[in-house]
Amino acid sequence: MKVIVPVKRVPDTAGDKVIDEASLTLDRDAGDAVLCPVNEFAIEEAVKLKEATGAEVTVLLIGPEAAQTTIRKALSYGLDGAIQVTDDAIAGSDALGTARILAAALADEEFDLVIFGNQSTDARTSLVPAAVAELLDMPSLTYARFLEVDGDSVTVHREHEEGWDVVESTLPAVVSVVEAINEPRYPNFKGIMAAKNKPLAVKSLADLGVDAAAVGSGDAAATMYEFEPRPPKAAGTIVEDDGSGSAASDLADWMEEQKFI
Amino acid sequence: MAQILVLIDHNEDGPRKVSLQMLTAARRVAAETGDTVAAAWLGEDADDAEEELGANGAQVLYWWDSEDADGYVTLPKVEALATIIDEHDVSALLFASSNHTKDVAARLAIRIDGGVITDATDLAVEDGTIVATKEVFGGATITKSRVADGKFPIFGISANAFPREQVDGDLPELVDIDFDLSEAATKAVVTSVEKEASADRPDIGEAAIVIAGGRGLGNEDGFELMEELADVLGAGVGASRAATDAGWYPHRYQIGQTGRTISPMLYMGSGISGAIQHRAGMQTSQNIVAINKDAEAPIFQIADFGVVGDLYDVVPALVEELRDRKG
Repeated sequence: MKVIVPVKRVPDTAGDKVIDEASLTLDRDAGDAVLCPVNEFAIEEAVKLKEATGAEVTVLLIGPEAAQTTIRKALSYGLDGAIQVTDDAIAGSDALGTARILAAALADEEFDLVIFGNQSTDARTSLVPAAVAELLDMPSLTYARFLEVDGDSVTVHREHEEGWDVVESTLPAVVSVVEAINEPRYPNFKGIMAAKNKPLAVKSLADLGVDAAAVGSGDAAATMYEFEPRPPKAAGTIVEDDGSGSAASDLADWMEEQKFI
Repeated sequence: MAQILVLIDHNEDGPRKVSLQMLTAARRVAAETGDTVAAAWLGEDADDAEEELGANGAQVLYWWDSEDADGYVTLPKVEALATIIDEHDVSALLFASSNHTKDVAARLAIRIDGGVITDATDLAVEDGTIVATKEVFGGATITKSRVADGKFPIFGISANAFPREQVDGDLPELVDIDFDLSEAATKAVVTSVEKEASADRPDIGEAAIVIAGGRGLGNEDGFELMEELADVLGAGVGASRAATDAGWYPHRYQIGQTGRTISPMLYMGSGISGAIQHRAGMQTSQNIVAINKDAEAPIFQIADFGVVGDLYDVVPALVEELRDRKG
């Protein structure tokens, strides 16, 4: 069985995020970049499938040459190889443009299962997995908190606000996972060393047959055109409790003033 | 006259609160563009839904009373919406910006050549085009976005971004949808729906008040105290990642970067320090209350009201105080 895990290089959540005034896109060189934390759950699930069924797992990333550190990080969990799509024309793509590039890269490969994280920690639209599934004409089994593959069928528990749906489908399929699904392990030394020598295929948009004019900022279906920092918040009221719960009445007073009771 | 279409998010009891809020959003846009407000009900019937949607501003109601809508994953709803948009004059679609519905929007956008803006907190009309306000980077930056000309505009609306407003509306004009589900749409089958016990509390994404507990609770019993406080206020209960990772509360209640993003009228966090990963999921709450032993905890920097103290002293006293005041 073949599994592909698309991953994303994102700014470190703790770092500053800067919007570039000229391109109106996130300045990806402004802060530290890391493997998206949500991808780790997708990688862990793929590694479990590898251990259970001998699945071959490939990581897929869109990004510039500098993103190769992110690819090696993903490979260090014990994955088998990587595909990198890189092209100057990609910059500024929206979620659907990104999905078009990923779908083209996936269509170029043989696979049974694609495992995404349910969202990236930077843009957080959650649109990409379902859009990729639509472009590939496959089921989108997203928000999985449980995943089981049996022959050519797959069962997932799709998390929602009130619990989860049990869903069954045939392969191939596109899945996204939520963090409840597993506890990712840390890469070990052997994995980190081995990652340096795993095969990496670098492809351009032309290699994938994607029209450069159909992606990137020029053809984004949704564009941000104006931004401002959130206005600073006025300092709040801080009270200290004396150990008897005395502050509770101050808090209740405030809640009453604000009409919460 | 073109229509602004609202995809009604509902369960068997009726429309969710966010659906009625979206009708307000649609009415405000329609007032500027001269469009009418239409709603799409996809899935099994609920009592009085038609009256309720009419009373909140729906003038036209597309109705697909079929168990197929939720019997298969995502695609039946995509095909129903594509049918409506193909056969009628629809100028934009609004959907509840929650997990499963985002999938419907994404697949529909690919299918009908649309553009999607998720998690909008406001809509406006500029030069005849609908533009959306959206808060990004955990609420640190406020942006405006629009869908490119020639693409069908689709907007995901955040819960609590708009008020629910009753209007003196008649019953909406009912339009049945008729189409055959494709074979592809029946590939992924929903074999059962599992509901977790506390579904009687409001969902944290929709609740006006959310009570959240974190590492400082010390153990899972602390969440009984959180639930007690929540029930006095009719609130939902959420948790920080530290608490869900420790197994004290189910993951689907996790607020933060890798969990849910909420913006209630009031967020009240106990034993939560307010790491940036948590703030990314609650910073846009309209009012923030923090109860924490550590006066240096970063959550106090964004709190409207903070109590420095032991939550096990403060919260039980607060529960009693609130019960007294409510009589």
